[in-house]
Amino acid sequence: MLGRKIARHGIAILLTALLGPLLAATMVRLAPGFDSDEAQLDSHLNSESIHALRQKRLQQHNILRFYFHSLRRAAQGDLGTSISLQQPVSKLLKDRAPLTLRIIGLGLLLSWATAMALALGTAWLRVPGCDVIATVTSGILVCLPAAVLALLSVLWNVPAAAAVALIVFPRDFRYARNLLGKAYSLPHIVTARAKGLHEFRVLLWHVIPVAAPQLLAVAGISVSVAIGATIPVEALCGLAGVGQLAWQAALGRDLPLLVNITVLVTLVTLLANCSADLIGGMLRGQEQ
Amino acid sequence: MRIWRRLACALLLLVLVVSLAANWLAPAGYAKQYREAAGASPSRQHWLGTDDIGRDRFARLLYGTRISLLLAPAAALVSTSMAALIGGVAGYLGGRWQSGAMAVTDLFLSLPWLFLLITVRALMPLNVTPLVSVLVTFLILALLGWTTAARVLCASAASLRQADFLRQARAAGIGRVRLFCIHILPNLKPALFAQFWISIPAFILSEANLGILGLGVAEPLPSWGSLLKELEGLVSVGDEPWKFVPLVLLVAVVTSFQLVLSNQEELAG
Repeated sequence: MLGRKIARHGIAILLTALLGPLLAATMVRLAPGFDSDEAQLDSHLNSESIHALRQKRLQQHNILRFYFHSLRRAAQGDLGTSISLQQPVSKLLKDRAPLTLRIIGLGLLLSWATAMALALGTAWLRVPGCDVIATVTSGILVCLPAAVLALLSVLWNVPAAAAVALIVFPRDFRYARNLLGKAYSLPHIVTARAKGLHEFRVLLWHVIPVAAPQLLAVAGISVSVAIGATIPVEALCGLAGVGQLAWQAALGRDLPLLVNITVLVTLVTLLANCSADLIGGMLRGQEQ
Repeated sequence: MRIWRRLACALLLLVLVVSLAANWLAPAGYAKQYREAAGASPSRQHWLGTDDIGRDRFARLLYGTRISLLLAPAAALVSTSMAALIGGVAGYLGGRWQSGAMAVTDLFLSLPWLFLLITVRALMPLNVTPLVSVLVTFLILALLGWTTAARVLCASAASLRQADFLRQARAAGIGRVRLFCIHILPNLKPALFAQFWISIPAFILSEANLGILGLGVAEPLPSWGSLLKELEGLVSVGDEPWKFVPLVLLVAVVTSFQLVLSNQEELAG
């Protein structure tokens, strides 16, 4: 059962890895302005150089050829060259990925710690006012554009990871609170509490195992939200990460760079979701 | 809760009416530059002051609100229709159709929303006329925002597939198209309404994000995104508090939509 699940997820990731670049190559090829190249307008170039540039562009006209060429190069670790930054895409990603990973990791940790603390405060400890405060805070945060939260973090000198946490937190909290609340209202847990089983034991032995698979699924989704949040946070906080790179690529219409980043981000998101699904499945199996 | 919903509806209506009356409330328009009063603080002439090139902030807020409040529902309508068509039909037909449609939906959903938006926005020319930029921005939101709704509608349609009334209708010889239009779609109405309402605040926020990142509506046309971009130049929060008025309005409007939405979700069951 687990093996089949792993195989299914593996196929999904492989298909995305193969179809993603094809879709991306098609979009790049069909995007308005693909045929025009600024370099052709350079007055320093002679007619032969301009002709060579045109020939190079013509080679990319066939989408399938363009795709297979890109795929072959990608298999060798060559993701092409950024048009706007004139640097290899793989080098750009290698340089910027650590910062982004750190921001995402810390942001997720902070967000989940806060969300779980507040959700437990609401569902387990039933702290008066905790639910109201947390619901209002998450309600306001969910109504703010991510870019505004990034701007406010710059104004208040808040670290970028905290800005990412603020963007991710409302969704995490709402799901966590609902799942824990639902788990606490299950008949066997109500009975265990009524019989005087220690609250901590109820939480660890009965509530967490019930809510864990769904919480893991939410965690998988929150990775995707956190990755998306890095664009405004890094762009507006002036941090040289992958999010800022994607924003610069979008502004400069640097399509090879943007497409590579998008495919990479899709794979990371899929991997996170698949891992959450597999671990959740294993936990569910143990529970049964 | 009901009183809050009524207040939310009243606020939305008020904001919509005031923004529609922008031509009368701010007859000078959103692009007129008062060069002698560039960067001015709020005054009788300019209630919210002027921006760096002397444009009246209040007028821009009214016109920007109008654009966001009219085009976000339009985009939501397009995306919900697409979701009904793709998700509803796939759910109704089932089998390979459903698997195929859901595989495409999953592929779209696996991409972080903002990444997908800026990638597709970057594929379009950025130096277009303001009017085209508005249309492109909201059209992209409409064309990419159908996936979540499609998933919900597909599940709803699939649950209806084996319903007794549909079996009877099928046995009576009613064609597939007629079955879908006359029997499935009306039953999807509550879910459709809920998805429509969910999409509006999501699109308003997405447009704001794109605008702040410089990938939204082009100048001089105002939108909430381009108005919020002004916050980028602030040195401290208490410096020019009137610059936060668009943000307060945006939060109020999105919160109102969320409140109305909770009612729609209850109706959808």
